Order: sequence, then C-alpha cells, then structure tokens
Amino acid sequence: MEIYINAVLLTLLAVTSCAIIRQRSLFGVVMLAGTYSFLMASVFVVLDAVDVAMTEAAVGAGVSTVIFLIALHLTKSREYPKPRSAVVPLFITLITGFALIWGTSTLPPFGVADAPIHEHTTPHYLDAAREKQIAANVVTAVLADYRSFDTLGETLVVFTAGIGIMMLLRVRRRRGPAGGNEGEPS
Amino acid sequence: MKSDVLLRIGVKLILPYMLVFAAYVQLHGDYGPGGGFQAGVIVAGMVIVYALVFGAKAARQIAPVALVERLAPAGVLIFAATGVPSLFAGKRYLDYSVFGHDALHAHEWGVFLVEAGVITTVAATLIAIFYALTDREHS
Amino acid sequence: MSVFAELIGHYNYFITIFLMMAGLYIVIARGNMIKKLVGLSLFQTSVYLLYVTPGKIAGGTVPIIDPAYSIYSNPLPHVLILTAIVVGIATLALGLALVVRIHEAYGTIEEDEIFARDGEI
Repeated sequence: MEIYINAVLLTLLAVTSCAIIRQRSLFGVVMLAGTYSFLMASVFVVLDAVDVAMTEAAVGAGVSTVIFLIALHLTKSREYPKPRSAVVPLFITLITGFALIWGTSTLPPFGVADAPIHEHTTPHYLDAAREKQIAANVVTAVLADYRSFDTLGETLVVFTAGIGIMMLLRVRRRRGPAGGNEGEPS
Repeated sequence: MKSDVLLRIGVKLILPYMLVFAAYVQLHGDYGPGGGFQAGVIVAGMVIVYALVFGAKAARQIAPVALVERLAPAGVLIFAATGVPSLFAGKRYLDYSVFGHDALHAHEWGVFLVEAGVITTVAATLIAIFYALTDREHS
Repeated sequence: MSVFAELIGHYNYFITIFLMMAGLYIVIARGNMIKKLVGLSLFQTSVYLLYVTPGKIAGGTVPIIDPAYSIYSNPLPHVLILTAIVVGIATLALGLALVVRIHEAYGTIEEDEIFARDGEI
C-alpha cells in the first residue's frame, strides 16, 4: 500500500517541478517551491523519515519561502522573457538523466530489507537502542552521540553562513557602477 | 505597519502554542521525532511570523539584534564545550560517559547539552539572517 | 509483470533523477538568479530523496524503538539529511544575500544583462 502512496506523491512532485520550470512569475515559482517542499515532506513521512519530514516542512516550506519572498521584495518579481535557446540545456540534462537512469538499473529495488545499506553499522545502532544504551529515537541518538563531530561541524557551517550573510548585507549601500536607481545611498 | 485584526489576534493565539511545541520538540527529541534543528527552526519561525504581522521593529523588541548575534556563536560554544569535560577525565572528545553513571543517563545528559547548543545556534542564525535581509529594505 | 515490478521498484530513483534534471535544467537554461536558486534547491531536495529512499524497508516503521515493532527503516540517511537541510537553508540564504547585493550593484538579476553591462565597462 505504502509503495502506491509513495508513487502518487512522487508523481505529484514531478508535476510540480514541471510547473516550476514553466512558471514565469517569480512569486508563483516561490509558492510552487513551497508546495514542492510540503509534498517532499509527505514523501519523507511515507519513507519513515519523520525527523527529516518535520525539518523539511519547517525549513523548506516555511523559512525558505519567507526568505525567498524578502529577496523578491528587494529585487524584481518578474522573470525576464529571455530569448535564450533551450536546446543545449535540454540536450545536456537528457544525456545526464539517461546516464543516471542507466546507473540505477543495478541498484537494489525499493524497500528490500537485505540491501547492503542495512547490513553495516545500522544493526549496531538499533541493537544499542534496544538494549537501552542510547535513547529510543535512534535518529537523535546517532545525530548527537555517534556522529556528534559531524553535527558540531554542521552547526559551525550554519553559523558561518550566518556570518557571511551579515558581512554581505551590513555594508553600506553605494551607487552601482551603471547607476541603477535602486542603489541610491540612503 | 497595519495588519488585519484577524491576523493579529490569530498570531497572538498561535504564538504560545508554537513556543510550547518548540519546547516539546526540543526536550522530547529522545523519544519522538524532533531535536535541536527542528526546534530551532520553529523558534525562528515564531519570530518571523511575529515580525511579518507586527512589523520588524516590534520583533526586535522581543528578540533584540544584539542578543541574537551573541546567541549564535554561544550555541556553537555550548556544543564545543560539552566535549571538554571528557577530555579532563582522560576520555575522547565528546564522550558523554562522564555525565552519568549508567550509559543511558550519561547519554541523555550529553544529548541534552548538545541539542541546547544546536537549538541556540540554529534559531539565532535564522533570526539573524531574517533581520539582515529585512534591514536592507529600510537602509 | 516483471517489467511493472522493475518499474515500481525503481520508481523512486527515476523520479529522483527527473527532479535532479529539472533542477539542473533550470540552473543552466534560466538567466534569472532567483529562479536559478530555486532550481538549485530543487536539485538539493532531490538529493535528500536519493539518500532517504534506500533507507526504507517495506513493512518497516519509523526508527523509534518500541517493543511492539521489530522492523525499522535505516536511521543513518535520516541523520545525514537532517543536518543537510538546515545547512541547505543557511547556504540558500547566503546565495539570496549575494543576489540582493548584485541587484543593488547592477540594478538587475538577469545574468545576460549583467554580462552585457560588464562588457560595457
């Protein structure tokens, strides 16, 4: 049953991504990206990744939509109808896509319990949780205990990105080289 | 900044529950879905919702810029400092066994401290990003 | 029947690759920088899917240990992707900050216009 729910949600995701490609209004694009994130969060629930689903719903559909909208407010909300040719990008993506699909043919099918990914380290985590050496939610336990170095690094990356944004945006405005009227000094 | 009265009342009604939910997600992360990253995003979402409805100035009164910018590095410090006691005990960095007598208890203390660092950094950084972007509008 | 089984067994991978290529297409074919960032985040999200998909076990449940269940999906991809999402939003915001600065300097966020303007100087 879950495999069919999964298939329907994934099809909806593909349709949404097509709509994102075709949509010209950037406001529409941002809203569709929010829809896409919610659909992706639903897929994660079906795939048993509830922690990931929660994060994706809060970050992808919540915070990133707000940040995109602020950026749109600060720039322009209409995509320029450009005369750029679509042939070369389409060719590149089709070639890459077929190469990748050919690559998936040897991957284990969906939902198989004896795939190589389930053979190493994971049984150890699950056994440790069953023996009550770590907390019941294995994801939190692995995140904050077994892989705490990793998480420390990720926290540092988030902080560093925050510093970068402050450095970029705290600088006083100057008139642009071509005198764009949005760049007036305050 | 004027908003619709329904929006203002609605947000005021929702905010306390968001706060409780963030605390639940943070503290119950050991036994249910959740943890520092999710709770941090929810806390940041609270401030962002408040700012969207009541204006950036009002949001700055409940979460001052100076506080937010000090909390972001403080979270990383809390996380990094969690690993130091185990070094003094002659164990590896970020080994939680010094925090308690049995494995589960020590682990829970370690995870609690680490997650406290994570929520602080994630929430403060996202709020700071939001402030930096909205500041640009007025400058 | 076996073709159908093959198709449904690899459907997740096909859609993942489709989404990846949709993101790549937007990044290559569109000149608008905000659209490009949406494309990048599309690509990024498809990578999350690529990681989480193999962790699923049919009939398994969420990796929160409870005596009532015995089969759990693999928690390791969830851990990796959880942190990746939060780092992803931070880097996305960094990209948008750069776009805002580019707009202030050039008055446009269309790549072609920026290149044309750089050529003039």
